[in-house]
Amino acid sequence: MAGPVSRRQLLIGGGLGASAVVAAAAGMSPIRFEAAAESQHVHDEKPRQWAMVIDLRKCDGCKKCTEACQTEHELPQSFEWIKVFQVQDKQGRMYNMPRPCFQCENAPCLKVCPVAATFRVKDGVVLVDQDKCIGCRMCMAACPYGARYFNYNEPPAPTHPFQMKATPEHPVPQQKGTVGKCMFCVHRTAEGQLPACVEACGMEAIWLGDLVEDVATNGHETVRLSQFLKDNDAFRYKEDLGTAPRVYYIAGHGQLLDA
Amino acid sequence: MDRLTRERYVERAVWPIGRGDRNFWLSVAVLSAAVLAGLYAWIYQLRNGLGVTGLNQKVSWGFYIINCVFFIGISYGGAMTSAILRLTNAKWRAPLTRIAEATAVAALVVGAVYPIIDLGRPDRFLTIPLYAQVGSPIVWDLVAISTYILASFVFLYLPLIPDFPVALAALGDRSKFLGPLYRLLSLGWRGTLGQEKALRRGVGIMAVLIIPLAVSVHSVLALLFAVTARGGWHSTIFAPLFVLAAMLSGVAAVILVVGALRKVYGLQEFITAKHFRYLSYLLVALGVGYLYFMVSEYVTEGYLLESTTTPVLEAIFTGAYAPAFWAFSVGGLVFPLILAVAPGRFPIGRACLASVLVVAGMWLKRFLIVVPGMAEPIMPWDWGRYSPTWVEITITIGSAAAIPLILIVFFRFFPVMSVHEMDEVEGVEERARPLLVPGFAGGGDD
Repeated sequence: MAGPVSRRQLLIGGGLGASAVVAAAAGMSPIRFEAAAESQHVHDEKPRQWAMVIDLRKCDGCKKCTEACQTEHELPQSFEWIKVFQVQDKQGRMYNMPRPCFQCENAPCLKVCPVAATFRVKDGVVLVDQDKCIGCRMCMAACPYGARYFNYNEPPAPTHPFQMKATPEHPVPQQKGTVGKCMFCVHRTAEGQLPACVEACGMEAIWLGDLVEDVATNGHETVRLSQFLKDNDAFRYKEDLGTAPRVYYIAGHGQLLDA
Repeated sequence: MDRLTRERYVERAVWPIGRGDRNFWLSVAVLSAAVLAGLYAWIYQLRNGLGVTGLNQKVSWGFYIINCVFFIGISYGGAMTSAILRLTNAKWRAPLTRIAEATAVAALVVGAVYPIIDLGRPDRFLTIPLYAQVGSPIVWDLVAISTYILASFVFLYLPLIPDFPVALAALGDRSKFLGPLYRLLSLGWRGTLGQEKALRRGVGIMAVLIIPLAVSVHSVLALLFAVTARGGWHSTIFAPLFVLAAMLSGVAAVILVVGALRKVYGLQEFITAKHFRYLSYLLVALGVGYLYFMVSEYVTEGYLLESTTTPVLEAIFTGAYAPAFWAFSVGGLVFPLILAVAPGRFPIGRACLASVLVVAGMWLKRFLIVVPGMAEPIMPWDWGRYSPTWVEITITIGSAAAIPLILIVFFRFFPVMSVHEMDEVEGVEERARPLLVPGFAGGGDD
C-alpha cells in the first residue's frame, strides 16, 4: 500500500525524510487516503486536481453553504470554514463573497507548520492532521485569508452514535487545542459526491472543478472549466500574494477584479 | 586595587550568601506568591484549554508571544554587557558581569517557557523534534533558543569556577553546607597557570560565541512574524530591528537589576556612578540605533502605503493603538534616552528611571507588533479585538516575578560579583592570591 509514490508524496507534504518514515511507520492517514483515492481514480492516469469556482453574480448571501458545512463537519456556529463576507465595492455597492479554504498551490500555512501536521494530498487539497497538530497557530498567522480556525474549546459532542475515529479527510469531531479548516470535503469527493457547500447552494453559485479533466459542475450543469473561467473573466483573491489559490471567483456586479 | 580594598570587595561579593534576614524572606514570600499565582493560572489553562484566554480566531497570538519575545530580549543584557565588554576589554565591567550573566539566564529561562504556554497542545511539545519540519520558523526558534540557553548557562558558570575557592575562604564558618556543593562545582580548580589559561580561553570562546547565538535567536523570532503576509510584519528590517530591540531592553534590564542589587547588597563602593554612566552610554547608543531602524521601517512602509500595511500604520499612528504607540516612542524611547545621558545630578537614579521606562516601552512595542498585525482586517471583516483575561495577566505577572526570585535565590548561593574577573582586570601580578583553603587539595603555587 505504501508504495514509492505515496512515500514520495509524503516527503513532499512532510518536508523531512524522518517525518515521512515516522508517519509511514505509524500508518498515518495520508497513506490511507491515497489508497482510497487510487481506488477511486483507478482509470485515471493522473489524480484529480480539485478547484472551486464561486460565481459572485449569483451568491445572494443566504449562508446555506456555511450551514451545510457546519452540519457536515459538526462545527459550532463560530466556525465558518466557508464564510460569506458582505463586501462593499469601491462604488459603494454590496455583494457577497463566500470564502472557503483556497487550497493554495503555494500555501503559506503549509510551509510554516513546525511538525508538518498540515500537508497536501495528491489531488491538491491541503489537510490538517489533528493528531499531530501542536496548536502553535503559526498557520493562522501565515494564512492571508483567515481560513483557519483554532479549537479554543471542546468541540460539540458528536451527533452520530457510532462516530468513526476522526481522520484528516474527515476531521469530525474536531480536536480541542488544534487547528481546523475547509478541506473541500475530500471524504465526499472520494465517494463521488460534491462538497456539502456545493450541494447546499440554492443559487448554484459554487462549482467544483477538476483541473486535470478540465471540467466543473455545480451539481446541475457541467462546463469546461478553462473556458468557463476565461469567458467569465474569473480572478483569484489577492492574486498578487503569489499563493496561487485553487479557488476562482467570477465577478459580476461591476466590482473591481481585485475585490 | 590594594589588598584591603580587595578584601572588602570579596566580603561584599559573598555577603548575600547564606544570609536570610527578614527582607530576604519577605521578598521570597511575595515573589513566590506571585509565581504560584501564575502557575495556578497556567494549570487552570492546561485543564480548560486556551479558551480561557482572550485569544480568538482573529487575534490568535497575544500576551504569550509578546512575553516570549520580551523576556528573551531582556536576556540580551548578559550577552551585551558581559560578552561585548569582555571582548572590548572594558575593565569597568568586572563588578557587573556576574549580575548581567545571571539576569540573562533568569530572563531566558522564563522567556523560553512561553512558547509552551502558548501551545494548544502542550503535551505534544516534545514531538516537535520528532516531526521537525525544517522550513518552519518555529523549528528555527526552538533550535536557536535551546542552543542559546545552553550557552548562557555555560557563560554564567565558567567565570564562577575560580570564585568558589575564594568564596569558601571568605565565608569561613558560614560555608559549612556550601562546601560540598562548591567543591563539586569548582571542578578541582586550584588556580594553576594551566587552569587559568584554559579558563581564559573558555570564557573568551563563550564571549565570542554568545553574540552570534543571541543575534540568531532574535533574528529567527523576528522571522516568525516577517515570513507572513500581514501588515507591519512582512518587513525586511525585522530581524535586525528585533536584535537591536532585545539588546536595548537587555541593557536597560541590567541597569535596573544592578541598581537594585547595589542597594540591597550594599555594593555602593564598587558599583558607582561611573558604571551607571557607562551603561547609560551603551543604552543610548542602542536606543538611538533602534530609533533609526524604527524610523527607517515606518518611512519605507508609510511612503508606499501598501494595502496590507496601511491599516496597521493608521491604527498605530492615529487610531486605536496610537496611545500605546506614542507612550512607547516618546515616554519609552526618546525621553528616557535624554534622561539617561543629560548632565546633572542623580546619574544613578536617572539611569534607573530611564531603564524602567525603556523596559516598559519595549514591552509595549512588542504588543504593538503582535496585536495590530493580528487584529488587522486581512479579509473584509472588522478589526479583531483582543482583551486578555485574568489568566494571561496572572501568568505574565507571575513570570515577571520569577526573574527577581531566581536572582535573589541564586545570589544566596553564589557570589554576586566576580572576584576572579576583578583580579584579572586589576592585573595578575599584583593580585593577592587566595590562601590555601582547607578542603581544596593542593592550593596551587602559593
